[in-house]
Amino acid sequence: MARGLTTILMTVITVLFCACTVFLPTIGDPNSAPNQHVTPYYIENSAVDTGSPNIVTGTLADYRGFDTLWETSVMFVSGLTACLILMKNTGEGDSMLTGGKQNKKKKGGK
Amino acid sequence: MKNNQLKKPFGGIILDSSFRIIIPFTLVYGMYILTHGEYSPGGGFQAGALLAVGIVLVRLIQGADKESFNVPGPIAVVCAGVGTFIYAATGWLTLFGGGKFLDYSFLPVPMEHLAELHALGILMIEIGVTVCVMMTIIDIMDAIIERLDDDKEVDYHE
Repeated sequence: MARGLTTILMTVITVLFCACTVFLPTIGDPNSAPNQHVTPYYIENSAVDTGSPNIVTGTLADYRGFDTLWETSVMFVSGLTACLILMKNTGEGDSMLTGGKQNKKKKGGK
Repeated sequence: MKNNQLKKPFGGIILDSSFRIIIPFTLVYGMYILTHGEYSPGGGFQAGALLAVGIVLVRLIQGADKESFNVPGPIAVVCAGVGTFIYAATGWLTLFGGGKFLDYSFLPVPMEHLAELHALGILMIEIGVTVCVMMTIIDIMDAIIERLDDDKEVDYHE
């Protein structure tokens, strides 16, 4: 019963979302709202402001530099987290910084 | 010793001779994408991935214990943080120069044009991103290899 209700609800929501795409502006439409806010400014002034002929780089690294900073931090933290999860817990403290050498020595000693 | 397949070198004469051509090309291409990313599509993330591929391939073909061309796991962990720090330090440099955070016009470097200052700032943060991405990839691979080496219960070979 609950599963049937969930299915019906999800179907209705999916249909609603799909119906919403009708109202989206056409891709590349210069008169749509997102293309009239800051996009013309970036296209006109990017080369002069950022010194980069590539608009994508100018936007990513200069206009949106703060965003990219935290993007990089997310990369670093996610890599660190993957390491911490994959690492075997030896119970002897910081085995990441010793490269697991304590662990090997202990096994060899046995 | 069946488990540490990733630690041992693999490949015969073909891999051993071909990676000597592939690896320098990959590294040079990564540096090209890093330094030329300002003018063409590319940038820090892609350059970091390419440089990491160079190190990873060498480690897989030559074996993890070979000291010749390798970044050990503990150093990779530290370097990933250093890369992120380079990015943030660029922002602090602009603060010391009197501007806002990451406003490259105020970098305390004597240069004539604002565009050159911005290009220098973009290059600095791209270097930071590159080091971070490269070392993070090496880092994850190193953790997986250590884990494979430590898991004695699971025999992946059979």
